[in-house]
Parts: sequence; C-alpha cells; structure tokens
Amino acid sequence: MPVLQYREAIRQALAEELTRDPNVVVLGEEVGQFHGAYKVTEGLLAKFGPKRIVDTPISEAGFIGMGIGASMLGVRPVIELMFWSFYSVAFDQILNNAANVRYMSGGQINCPIVIRGPANGGTNVGATHSHTPENVLANHPGIKVVVPATPYDAKGLLKSAIRDNDPVMFLENTMLYGDKGEVPEDDYLVPLGKAEVKREGTELTIVSYGRAMILSLAVANTLQQEHNRSVEVVDLRSIRPLDMDTVLASVRKTHRVLIVEEQKPFCGVGAQLAYMIQSEAFDELDAPIARLSTIDSPSIYSPPVEVAQLPNTERILKAALEALA
Amino acid sequence: MSKKSSAIADDRNASVAPKTGYAAAPVNASLSIDQKIELYRLMVRIRRFEERSLRAYQAKKIGGFLHLYIGQEAVAVGCCSLMGKNDHVITAYRDHGHAIAVGMELNPLMAELYGKVTGCSKGKGGSMHFFDPARNYWGGHGIVGGQVPLGAGLAYGLKFKGLKGACMTFMGDGAVNQGAVHESYNLAALWDLPVIFVIENNGYSMGTSQARSSAGDLARRAEAYGMSWGVCEGHDLYEVRAFMAKHLEEARNNCKPSVVEIRTYRYRGHSVADPDNTYRAKSEIEEYRRTKDPIQVFQAKLLEEKVLDLALVEKIDVEARAESDLSADFAEASPFPTADDLQKDVYWEADNPSERKSGGRLFFN
Ligand SMILES: Cc1ncc(C[n+]2csc(CCOP(=O)(O)OP(=O)(O)O)c2C)c(N)n1
Ligand SMILES: [Mg+2]
Repeated sequence: MPVLQYREAIRQALAEELTRDPNVVVLGEEVGQFHGAYKVTEGLLAKFGPKRIVDTPISEAGFIGMGIGASMLGVRPVIELMFWSFYSVAFDQILNNAANVRYMSGGQINCPIVIRGPANGGTNVGATHSHTPENVLANHPGIKVVVPATPYDAKGLLKSAIRDNDPVMFLENTMLYGDKGEVPEDDYLVPLGKAEVKREGTELTIVSYGRAMILSLAVANTLQQEHNRSVEVVDLRSIRPLDMDTVLASVRKTHRVLIVEEQKPFCGVGAQLAYMIQSEAFDELDAPIARLSTIDSPSIYSPPVEVAQLPNTERILKAALEALA
Repeated sequence: MSKKSSAIADDRNASVAPKTGYAAAPVNASLSIDQKIELYRLMVRIRRFEERSLRAYQAKKIGGFLHLYIGQEAVAVGCCSLMGKNDHVITAYRDHGHAIAVGMELNPLMAELYGKVTGCSKGKGGSMHFFDPARNYWGGHGIVGGQVPLGAGLAYGLKFKGLKGACMTFMGDGAVNQGAVHESYNLAALWDLPVIFVIENNGYSMGTSQARSSAGDLARRAEAYGMSWGVCEGHDLYEVRAFMAKHLEEARNNCKPSVVEIRTYRYRGHSVADPDNTYRAKSEIEEYRRTKDPIQVFQAKLLEEKVLDLALVEKIDVEARAESDLSADFAEASPFPTADDLQKDVYWEADNPSERKSGGRLFFN
C-alpha cells in the first residue's frame, strides 16, 4: 500500500472528489498559485484549473459566506482556512448562516460545505494562531466537526465530509502534515461519527483525537514496554456526530478512563465526554474519570513552555499512571 | 386573488399608455394592463398583510420582533417583478415585502409569524426568517449585513453553473457599514459576479439617521471597488423598475455587479417595539406619506392611465384585507410545532435517515 504524508492524503482526497463531482470547488487564501500555505493543495491548480481551485483575498467572512450562498445552489465548496484560528472573523457566517439556514428555513435549504485547515498549538505561533475550536464549533447544532489524526483517516474522512450534505468543519494539524502512513489509492471512505480503537488494552481507556491521540498511542506503548500496563486508545475522529458506543464499549472493558485533548479545559470536548461517560456507564467505573487538557491560559509563544502547556507525552504518561493507580 | 372586474376588462382599449418619464421606459411600457394591476395589487397586499400582522402582534399572537415594511413596498415589488427564472433574492430581517413580492402566499407567512407549523419555515424562523427557495427567495436574515456574502455566493453559484441570472442582495442603510458587506463588494467586483447590492435606504438604522452613521454617499463606495453604482427614488414603482432593469441586464448579460441605493422610507418604528418618538419628527413621516406614499403614487398613475378606476381600487383593497384576515384565521387555526419538531431540520442527514452515512450521535439530549 502506498505510504503518504497526512497532507498528501488530504490532497488525494481533494483531487479524487474534484474529479468525481464537477460541483466541488476548492477556495481559500493561497490555495492555487502559491500551492497552499502548508502545501496541502499543491498541484491542484495545474490539474483542475482556476474555476475549480480559487485563490481568494483575505476575507474569511466574505468567502466563507459566499461559499455558503453558493452551496445553497448546489455548488460544493471546500474552503481552506489558512489557520482555523481565523474562523473568528467569519464566525457569524459559520454559526448564523451555515449552522442555522436549514433550521430557519424549516428544512428547505441545506448547506453542503466543508471548511478545512489546521487547528493546533505547538508551532510557536502564539495565542492568535493556536486556537482549537472544535468544542466551540460542535456547540452549534447543524454543524459537524471532524478531527483526523492519521493520513488514512484524513483522506477517508475528508471524502466523506465533501459528500456530506451538511456543513462539515474539518480540523487538521500542522504538526501532523508531514506524518506518514499507509493510504490506499482506491476510493475508500471513513464515515463521520465512527470512532476507532487504535490500540487494544485492558486496564485503562484513553479517549482522545487529533495529535493528542497520536501522543497517547506513544504513551500507551511506553506503558506496555516499561510499566507492563495495558492501555486501550480510542480515537474519536469525529466530535459531532460523536460515537459514544465505541467509547462506552471500551469503558466497559477497562473500567478506567483518561480523556486527553488538545483543548483548553473549560467547556472543552473532554467535559462533554466525561459527563456522558459518567451518566451512561457510572457503574462500570472503578475510578473517577481523569482528564488532561491544554493548560488553561492563552497559548504561549515561548517554545519550551508551549510544549509544557500542551498535552505532551510526559504529561500524558503522568496522568495515565495516576489513572491506573 | 387575481380575478379582474369586467369593468376593467371593458376599459382596456381606453387605457392611455404614458409617453414620457419612467412609465415610458421599455420595461414599463411593455407591461400589460393586467400586469400593472397585479403590481398594484401586490403592494396593497403587502400593506394590508402587515397592518393585519401588527394587529395580531398587539393582540399578543406574535412574539419577538416585527419589522414592518410599510412605506417601502415599491422597492420590493419593483425589484422582484423583474425576476426571471434564474434571478434570486436575499434580504435582511425586514423581509415580508420581498416574500410577498416573489409570490409567497399570505397564509404560510402569517402562520410563520404566529409560530405555527404551517408557517413557511414551520414556525422555526419567525418574522425575520422567511424563506422560499422554490421561488428563488433565500431569506430573511437577522444579522445586519450577514446575508450579503450569501448573496454574493448565490451569484457565484449562478456563474459557476453557467446560468444567466442575477442575485439581488438587499440590505439596509445601516448594513453598509458592516465589514462583511465590503468583503462581498470586493469579491463581487474582483470575480465579476452577477450580483446587485441593493441598499434600501429608509433613512434610519433603528434610531440612527444615515447622517449619524455613514460617511459619504452610500452607493458611491462601489467606486472604490471599480463597480458601477446608482441611486433612485423608491416611492415610484416605475422608476424602481426602469432603474433596476438596467442593473439586472448588466449583471445577467455581462456579469457586472453593481451597488444601488434606493431611497425609501418606513412609516412605522424600526420594529413594533420601537416607540418611535426619539429620533424623528412625526411631521417627517406625515410629509412622506402625503407626497410619496408608493401605493398612492402608483394608484394615481394607474388612475390617470385608466388602468384602474375607483371601483377596482376599492375592490383590490377589500380583497387584500379579506385575504389578510383569512391568513390570520388560518394562522390562528393552525397547530404549533411540538417539542418533537425541535430536532428536525437541523441536519440533512438526520432528516433523511435512510440515506445517512455517518454513525454516532448528532444530538446530545
Ligand atoms: C450584527 C447586528 N448588529 C446589530 C443588530 C441589531 N439591529 C437590528 S436592525 C438594526 C438597524 C439596521 O438598520 P438598516 O440596515 O438601515 O435596516 P432597516 O432596519 O432600516 O431596514 C440593528 C442595529 C443586528 N441585528 N445585527
Ligand atoms: Mg434603514
């Protein structure tokens, strides 16, 4: 099976969907001539031309709103945000228009758009560029939220997102763009709302997603090798819809839970998860649900301290050992 | 409601087509007598519908905000009467006039105001969020200026699909100061989108006059984007049509966007919650009403043209009142949505379970 980078897997998904459906159009800042700020869209302009690969001015509210309007007529825009952090200037368009237009029209309209781009800390770009808004986005009924961690999932989920008739927010990670993994060349899909057990274990369930899940997997290996402890890792992949069945099945198996999220803790995804796990599997729990989040301050620039602020392997290992104690 | 009296049918040959002014513009000169009557009737129906809705509001049948369009009818009717198959409309929350002008029936509109399941948005949108995509009417939007990028997007969709049409994107004089509006102007001009940004300048954004909110001429801002622009008076239906026809042709045929300002006036407060006694003089309202009321102005022209006679004027009015009353009866008799409806129409996938591809939970209680 071909081995691709995460960014290449996304590019392949875009290319396949552009080929499959003439209504798909990729829009965003620097996606065309510049090849994408993170080179995700490299080569697409040459292959598909300027009608399908559209360089936009720096007007997130304008082009996201425009994409929403165009989607109402059957265009399927896949809109790149250079950083998800810039969603704030387009927030009105996302939450009032994309999320609500179906509802407010009594189901007469749907909005098949994808907004994609990186949403992560860890690259020393400071507080304005390090937002992780999956919780904020998922708070809006009408919106779907996806956070792929591996090249395989990135391709399969993006293809599903593009075919989805609801607005899908697709959160990538600049730290993962270079990661490699096996990615089939064929037209496979990873459905939204399906978590995956990325590693089997018996003593503790780590529920995570995105890069925090990758780090959790590494910690699970360490725990096996150096501490002889067996940890299961559940990758949510989608935040909304949310696959609680897979989470609960794992909880029933291990009876201990650690949630690891690259999120500020207040009202984060982990808070919702912890609530649901305790309410639906209280009797299965042998210990309080543990949770590890990003340390609760604006994202710091200072490179070594930013590492400490995020859920790094050291912090995860410590939290996992505590949860296993 | 399009039955005509035989008196008028007889009058047909006697009608006098105006030879000068806006009435003589091709787009107006080509109107049949019936079409002129229908345009007049539309304005009367909007007015009577809204007056009836105001009474329903006062009777506490309607919640929230109610932004009346009374005084501005010639703008929506003039513009929407020019729509062809591929022309589209989107507007802000003062949206009743446009809804009726694109051909929506009064029953679902009144029912929407009453929050009933028979409403055009099943009671989920309310006054500010009327929609009818089948009539190319894309709402009804509550955030000032928020609909403007969507209008550019509808135009983008038309162009992308190679359809010859235009999107009239309405906004108020207050909306022009929103950033999203300027982003949309730039995108439309940059990419030659077939959109007409229609500023309905009724003089005020809530209680703030144009002079207190906007620097410079409103539509002239188009110049900065290399777009054409224009200004017209909005009380004369013929003028609105003659003016907009040119802009629509430019958009449809040459994909040329423009910004237009249509000067109009609202008689009622910003919403019915506005006591309307702090920012303008009653005499200002009275003056406009006396000299520029769009229904009176068009009625006078059609009487002069012998398209209308007083009996037909009366008949149209009586019918519009009756139709509005019936819409209130319909709304009253209709059921409310139930709590079971809350989570319908949120996700396409949830509403189409047999085609659902995703797993997991979409709702969290
Ligand atoms: C973003 C936003 N800010 C403020 C409001 C509150 N608001 C509603 S209408 C309005 C005035 C808008 O006036 P204008 O654009 O002239 O339209 P008109 O009401 O005259 O039709 C204001 C301030 C809003 N709905 N949205
Ligand atoms: Mg105004």
